[in-house]
Amino acid sequence: MDHIRNFSIIAHIDHGKSTLADRLIQYTGVVDARNFQDQILDNMDIERERGITIKSQAITLPYRAEDGGIYMLNLIDTPGHVDFSYEVSRALASCEGVLLLIDAAQGVQAQTIANLYLAMDHNLEIIPVINKIDLPAADVERVLEQIDAELGLDPDTHLACSAKAGTGIEEIFEAIVERIPPPKGNPDSPLAALIFDAHYDSYRGTIINCRVMDGRIQAGDMIRFMSNGAVYKVEEVGRFALARQKQNSLSAGEVGYVIAGVKTVSDVRIGDTITSDAKPCGEPLPGFREVKPVVFSSIYPIASDDYEDLAVSLEKYKLNDASFIYQKDSSVALGQGFRCGFLGLLHLDIVQERLEREFNLSIILSVPSVRFRFTMRDGSLVQIDNPSQYPNPMQIAKAEEPFIRATMLLPERYLGAVMKLCTEKRGVNSVLNFTSPTRAELTYEMPLSEVIFDFYDRFKTVTQGYGSFDYDLIDYRESNLALLDILVNGERVDALSQIVHRDRARARALQSCERLKEEIPRHMFKIAIQGAIGGEVIARTTISPFRKDVTAKCYGGDITRKRKLLEKQKKGKKRMKMVGSVTIPQSAFLAVLKTDQE
Amino acid sequence: MSQDNQNRPWGLYIHVPFCASKCRYCAFYSLPSPSSDLVEKFVSALACEMELYRDCGPFDTVYLGGGTPSVLDTEQIYLILNSVRRNFRIEPGAEITVEANPADISPQYAAELLRSGINRLNLGVQSFDSEVLKFLGRRHSPGDALASIKCVRAAGFRNIGLDLIYSIPRQSTDQWLRILEQAVLIRPEHLSCYELTLEPGTPLAEEFRDGQFRTDDETFSVLETTSAALAENGYVHYEVSNFSLPGMESRHNSKYWDHTPYLGLGPSAHSFRGRRRWWNLSSVEEYTAALQSGKSPVEAGEDLKDEQMGEEFLFLGLRTARGVSLSELQHYGLDLVNTKTAILDACINSGLLRIDNDRISPTVKGMAVADALAKAFLA
Repeated sequence: MDHIRNFSIIAHIDHGKSTLADRLIQYTGVVDARNFQDQILDNMDIERERGITIKSQAITLPYRAEDGGIYMLNLIDTPGHVDFSYEVSRALASCEGVLLLIDAAQGVQAQTIANLYLAMDHNLEIIPVINKIDLPAADVERVLEQIDAELGLDPDTHLACSAKAGTGIEEIFEAIVERIPPPKGNPDSPLAALIFDAHYDSYRGTIINCRVMDGRIQAGDMIRFMSNGAVYKVEEVGRFALARQKQNSLSAGEVGYVIAGVKTVSDVRIGDTITSDAKPCGEPLPGFREVKPVVFSSIYPIASDDYEDLAVSLEKYKLNDASFIYQKDSSVALGQGFRCGFLGLLHLDIVQERLEREFNLSIILSVPSVRFRFTMRDGSLVQIDNPSQYPNPMQIAKAEEPFIRATMLLPERYLGAVMKLCTEKRGVNSVLNFTSPTRAELTYEMPLSEVIFDFYDRFKTVTQGYGSFDYDLIDYRESNLALLDILVNGERVDALSQIVHRDRARARALQSCERLKEEIPRHMFKIAIQGAIGGEVIARTTISPFRKDVTAKCYGGDITRKRKLLEKQKKGKKRMKMVGSVTIPQSAFLAVLKTDQE
Repeated sequence: MSQDNQNRPWGLYIHVPFCASKCRYCAFYSLPSPSSDLVEKFVSALACEMELYRDCGPFDTVYLGGGTPSVLDTEQIYLILNSVRRNFRIEPGAEITVEANPADISPQYAAELLRSGINRLNLGVQSFDSEVLKFLGRRHSPGDALASIKCVRAAGFRNIGLDLIYSIPRQSTDQWLRILEQAVLIRPEHLSCYELTLEPGTPLAEEFRDGQFRTDDETFSVLETTSAALAENGYVHYEVSNFSLPGMESRHNSKYWDHTPYLGLGPSAHSFRGRRRWWNLSSVEEYTAALQSGKSPVEAGEDLKDEQMGEEFLFLGLRTARGVSLSELQHYGLDLVNTKTAILDACINSGLLRIDNDRISPTVKGMAVADALAKAFLA
């Protein structure tokens, strides 16, 4: 156990986490140059293209240290976005230390701090690493000041590197060995292993990623998940090189995988404790919670014939994404579909893209919503995340909506603009701290529904990209809510309905109408777009018709040409949905959540 | 049912692939200034081709188009029409049309055409504005146009058609309406008004490669203005680009739009019968060579499925004031009333379509967006 180190790299987005991981992997030679590709741990296309990590990964790196010993360094790669902060916390609970990576040019950002707090919560050894020191804009002195003033860490403990150029890598390895403590735990105690992620493998079922805290696990063991008591027989355990590497057993302190005939990743709870069925440990490991979706949207196939395909694809997709939930739903405008829950808008975006890309589906998502809570006059409590199930307003005694605490870090010169934005988004109870004379940490309590409505984009705009943002759900608060319907040529499009704060209803209605006007192409007839509450129209725009669309000549040979063109255009309509007489593009449904104002 | 149309008299189209010079907007297959040897070869090849189709017909329209059929001398036209009569049954009272360039018309030529049996002349006037004619690369002047019309009337033609072109860059709608006024004063039985379009590969398309061609707002339709101006003068707007005095519609062209069979002869000509469309090699040389060696000049063909028949029937019908029969569409599996109710209602309420028992027909506004109508119903 003395020769094991479990660590993670934490960083703000784009501070070079994946590049550093690549360099560490290359240095230890676990993958030869021929098989190497950038962002090697991000093995989904979508991760590579967007430069983000969605799933946690682990890899065991053998390292011969200067002291002559050979160490097993377990690098646990974690997702970087707020949507996945619970997964990050479970990955960190599997470590004894972290490399806190900071971009030498950008300095400390909101997620640097959020990640630091997470690491401190888990009592981890923190090694600050300043990356990209070879950039012309690198300002190491300033970053050192920030490490001292904003992170409260000793700047003398920092390391400097350029992951891209491969400099400073050996020093990082030595620091991991010297400064991160070896894992504690007793191999002879009853088994307690922390699940920090799970992947689906079409041949082996669910591959559970875990850190063994106490005890030992090997093939043939009967294990139990402590959250639900499910019992499985272990088929195989092992470590992660780049591929799985079968081992006889995993003991306290080790990080690896367990295959135990678990059908889907949804049967596994991240943060759950694996123990021995025969000789269970006394208490589950701390920190487990059920992951609850916060953003909801319905998915419909563009062609209603594709409903069965969609159903099958969601089932397959769900095999590998436990935080995604769905159930049957139907829309008057869009037909049969599924109501789905997501961890956040990024998660929603990723699910949409993966369904389209990996399952070749053309889908439409309804306007995303948060989960509202209504106390009815008869005393019953209903939770509504689907505007189409909005209760009868006459029966509502109390309406509540979820609030978050937003934490923002920004250069002081953008404070005015950000505070204005937060007030507009119904933010309250602001707290302002200056972490340095020019940098402010601002917190606000805000309705989650306002945050999913274009907040992040506008925050980025008003801070010109220098601001960073993170949030936590705090509680439900009473609110004056109303159901905003959108009518297209007189027909209510239920997938565009939104639950909104009454004071903001008119502005929101107008914005939605305007956005739809931009997204819906001209038709040959006039299209009226209206926003209405109850029967009352509160906003309206119209799309004027085009007056010309005809080929001048159509004789002998033109007919075949014309028919072929029509057939081609018919195929090109895949990303449009007919609602009544109007063709609405897929993009329109999510566009109503965005504004174009500065 | 369209089966009835299949039993109607056929149309015969003969493509004359020669021109004295190429116009700058034209993408049709034709050879400028052909050698007299080639023209003669073509005329004899045509006669050979007719023999391949003796089972076709009877015909009640014959149409010599092109190209420019009036580059043929009257003797050659006689030869062609004699072969037609020898090979096919031509119904009494058949409409026999020839297209002509105004520059080719002399009193003698017009008289000879009439004598050969041709009873309808379609003149490629295109404009009465000399600047526009130059811009289009036409070889005739406005004076030629007026003179040719006088000639053919004097020769005794009772059915003449004029072709005009609008949407000329830098031409205002008012200027176009003045050209229309002039046309109307002549009282031709038939008027075709074509919007100028850029066809890939033409000199005009080259010139406007940068996309600066369209200047009018898509929310304004010159076609509607044109239709209104002509209606005031008694012209019926019976197809997107075609107008006539009552009863003087082009019987030949109408066959293209309702699935009546037609036989196309000559290079690049298209034919239709039953569910089959086929077309000839487009090069004159290849066409004549094939026929000289006893082979068919057909390049390719296709057999339409029910769905494709329905699609054609719909988009062609929506180009005509007569419209299309809903029950016939149903016959091809297109049930607009029950599956496209919302669009149908929206189009009727917006004044794009009229519905009358079994037929839907486009209004003038609807004809201006006929392609969009078809797309909406086929999507």
